[in-house]
Amino acid sequence: MKAIRYTGLVLFLFSLALFLGSFFMSSFILREESFDTIVKEEHQEKLKPEIEALFGKEYSVSIPFVKDIKRTVETVNEETRAKQEWDEVIYDDYAGSLARASTQGIVPENKLLFFILIYVVGAIGALMFIVPQVKLNGPPGIKNNHIFNHALNNRGWMGILTGALLIGFYILLYFFPAYITNWIIIVDPIQKWINPSATSSQWFLYGFLYTFAVLVMGVRMIIKYRHSKYQIFRTFSVMFFQLAFAFLIPEILVRLNQPYFDFKNMWPLDYDFFDAWHINTLTSAGGLGIFMLVWGITLFVVGVPVFVYFFGKRWYCSWVCGCGGLAETAGDPFRQLSDKSTEAWQIERYLVHGVLVFAVIMTGLVLYNFFGGDFYVSFNKWVVLSALILIGAALYILHRKFYPSMSGKKVRNVVIGIVGFFALGVVLSEAPVFAKYMPVDGEKFSFSSGNIRTIYGFMIGSIFSGVVGTGFYPLMGNRVWCRFGCPLAAYLGLVQRFKSKFRITTNGGQCISCGNCSTYCEMGIDVRWYAQRGQNIIRSSCVGCGVCSAVCPRGVLNLENRDEEGRFNQPILLGNDSIAINK
Amino acid sequence: MQKIIIIGNGIAGITAARHIRKKSDDQITVISGETDHFFSRTALMYIYMGHMTYENTKPYEDWFWKKNQIDLKKGWVKSIDFDKKQLHFESNESIEYDKLILATGSQSNKFGWPGQDLDGVQGLYSYQDLELMEDNTRGIDRAVILGGGLIGVEMAEMLHSRHIPVTYLIREKHFWDNMLPQEEATLIDRHLYKHGIDLRQETELQEILDDGNGRVKAVKTKSGDIIECQFVGLTVGVHPNIDLVKNSKVETDKGILVDEYLQTNIQDVYAIGDCAQLRNPPSHRRAIEAVWYAGRMMGETVALSVTDTNTEYNPGVWFNSAKFFDIEYQNYGIVLPQCPEDSAAFYWECDDHEKCIKIIYKKESLEVQGVNLFGIRNRHEVWDQWLNEKRTLDYIISHLPEANFDPEFYKHWEGEIQEKFNEKFPDKKISVKKKGLLEKIFN
Repeated sequence: MKAIRYTGLVLFLFSLALFLGSFFMSSFILREESFDTIVKEEHQEKLKPEIEALFGKEYSVSIPFVKDIKRTVETVNEETRAKQEWDEVIYDDYAGSLARASTQGIVPENKLLFFILIYVVGAIGALMFIVPQVKLNGPPGIKNNHIFNHALNNRGWMGILTGALLIGFYILLYFFPAYITNWIIIVDPIQKWINPSATSSQWFLYGFLYTFAVLVMGVRMIIKYRHSKYQIFRTFSVMFFQLAFAFLIPEILVRLNQPYFDFKNMWPLDYDFFDAWHINTLTSAGGLGIFMLVWGITLFVVGVPVFVYFFGKRWYCSWVCGCGGLAETAGDPFRQLSDKSTEAWQIERYLVHGVLVFAVIMTGLVLYNFFGGDFYVSFNKWVVLSALILIGAALYILHRKFYPSMSGKKVRNVVIGIVGFFALGVVLSEAPVFAKYMPVDGEKFSFSSGNIRTIYGFMIGSIFSGVVGTGFYPLMGNRVWCRFGCPLAAYLGLVQRFKSKFRITTNGGQCISCGNCSTYCEMGIDVRWYAQRGQNIIRSSCVGCGVCSAVCPRGVLNLENRDEEGRFNQPILLGNDSIAINK
Repeated sequence: MQKIIIIGNGIAGITAARHIRKKSDDQITVISGETDHFFSRTALMYIYMGHMTYENTKPYEDWFWKKNQIDLKKGWVKSIDFDKKQLHFESNESIEYDKLILATGSQSNKFGWPGQDLDGVQGLYSYQDLELMEDNTRGIDRAVILGGGLIGVEMAEMLHSRHIPVTYLIREKHFWDNMLPQEEATLIDRHLYKHGIDLRQETELQEILDDGNGRVKAVKTKSGDIIECQFVGLTVGVHPNIDLVKNSKVETDKGILVDEYLQTNIQDVYAIGDCAQLRNPPSHRRAIEAVWYAGRMMGETVALSVTDTNTEYNPGVWFNSAKFFDIEYQNYGIVLPQCPEDSAAFYWECDDHEKCIKIIYKKESLEVQGVNLFGIRNRHEVWDQWLNEKRTLDYIISHLPEANFDPEFYKHWEGEIQEKFNEKFPDKKISVKKKGLLEKIFN
């Protein structure tokens, strides 16, 4: 049995190494034919004289190739700008498509072989490592032995390395997709299998990897918690919704010439739902398109309040949602790393509700624009920066005043982080990669519905939910995004807190304050704080994963949908008839 | 404003401190030599098993004490001068008090076995014991545990988590059979075997053998078997830790004797938790209850007495819980290992031998006395109410689903239990009702 595990581990590491190594395994030669077919005719004439020098030149890695193409386009654009021919500036990103067409060597020639060696062998290896635990790891029950002594689970070298790999991957995926052409090519066979007329993109690669992780690690989750039917059902549910709703159905829709649509994704998590291009795509796609638009709106207008009333926000966050799905499967080994301090909770409340407000304002402006309005304001950039610093300092001072006994370190770090981000934007506004996401325009911070949407997409959509949200799994726990950043979680949470039957019931006086519940709460809720007082746990952030109830050694906690009346302010039973306490 | 000093920062002492703070502005000092901050003693095993760190076992963040003006003092108290109301520390410091609460906890029992003080032989109670166990069990080939109780099985689970083979010696016929009826004890025996614990019933210790360097090398049983081992866990129960007051004016028996207000024979000196012994325990409770819950309840109660309202300690229906490897245990009311003459037991066990329920009732009136539950979670509130209302067996069995506290989607066993009842009491048949799917989903 052990031999199977180790063989599996070796296979998996081989696949991982091949995946990483394949980044370097192609050479890139730009051919005139690919240039002629890919670049738009109106751009060809201008670009060709400059880019000709690159024709036939061989690059052994994608990065310099992509850089050269970008540099060439930029040179042409600078000339155009110098001539003040603003309409002629080339905004199309040709680097990715040209890199793809220029890829030579074993990767494009053996796509399927690479696919099998990386993903099929990788999955087999991972499962060989995971499945023997059924026998090796003893009878069904809680399996948390030595989690805190493990280099992966407790921020040791393996955790830091994993975090670094994930963060690196997200940065490449979001900001430098042309560099990862090889990876995109390798998943092309599966893309063609689902939809023969499509070609894999960076987002297909991402969707595939995401689903792969949810399914493989979902098996691990089910084995680990196989004594708990709640965990088994829940894990099957997130695996199903990821595979069917997030991955296959949208691709099949495209194959049927319908708009790409994820029926379980929902505004405001799905922040581009109300983008003009999206609304236009749906409204011009006939009956099904209109249905999608209505469905998407109904889901958050009616679906959220009704389902949260009956079941709590868990119906979405830990049963359906893709982010939740990844967190509950691939993220499970890291759930104990969430910060349980009161200070972290304070930051969470400001941040997550702040993002919700930001999302609502952003969407409002985008819609205002869509219906013909025109929003534009600008301020001197130093005024904005000073205002930000002042607000940040005020928040910090208020926190010190109201919570003098806490250290205040975490609040300070968050304030410095946000202010620093904008300050850095001002300083770096010369650098094109960064500047295009910042509202800095010369001496001014200018805000239009367009660039507010861009800032949101960059800061919240890419950096927060992707790079930090998933990249920081091994460092800050598996629900960083859901807890601190997800606007939909904030909305669901408000309903859960104020109008719901859901609660975690504390079983009278049985709590022994051991702390397993708090330790394994991925949302960083100090569950024990309530349980040891006999109080029910009613927190807007609770995603209802049920792990607190599973790890409790005394059967104290239970997720329940019961009478709304009984949630708060009921007499508490502690087993002591000398005193009376209310919840 | 009076000066209240609490000796001991366990659940009893800390609960007292928190509740005093809720009631008053009194100056509160909690003294402990064990740790700087309150931690959950019941979670010590999870630190060893790597489920948690020491930090995770602290129920309150470190800033909590300053914010609530509860002074924490680390140190061992050497003696108490009750006339001058003064405490003397080992470090030769001394402080004065207006009211003193003793919450000094327990000590592990030792019964004078030859070799019991060798290196590698220890009990498990304090944080220091945990550190010692960490050292004592590093790189060893086999451990022997002595004593069939809760700490013993915890120790077995701890060692098992590190793949250290465990031989578990118990004097009795079954695990914990001075507390558990035979059927339940047998169920746990079987579960221990399943986890690979070498459980040896009716085996008594003769002596612990020295390896020549003052360290354990083996144990010898009364039947002459020699079991080689490098670690011996002595978990044969605990007794009140009363060393500090044993030879003082404070009256003691096994524990520090207290009245119904938890006050000792000396005015303004109270004792709570494991170290306290009730002079007149209520009929349904024992004089010494070395459990977490009793410590907490005494803390809650004494806080009232030392502030404004003198309050009698009046614990409600007895309850307890534990976990034996994967099997959870809950108990409400009185279930003795030997069923009393006037009572009988209703017992149901699941086919997988991992779940069971035992209800003790009076033969004449069917009035229920208590319940043991293994592998099924039940609601404290419901059982507390049933036992207070002196409900009968047939009533409780027919309402049993109301007490169920298992997570959603778990299989419910009440139907089987009710059918078993109907078999046993054909003249009292109850209807076995099942919830519809919609009822289940929408409650």
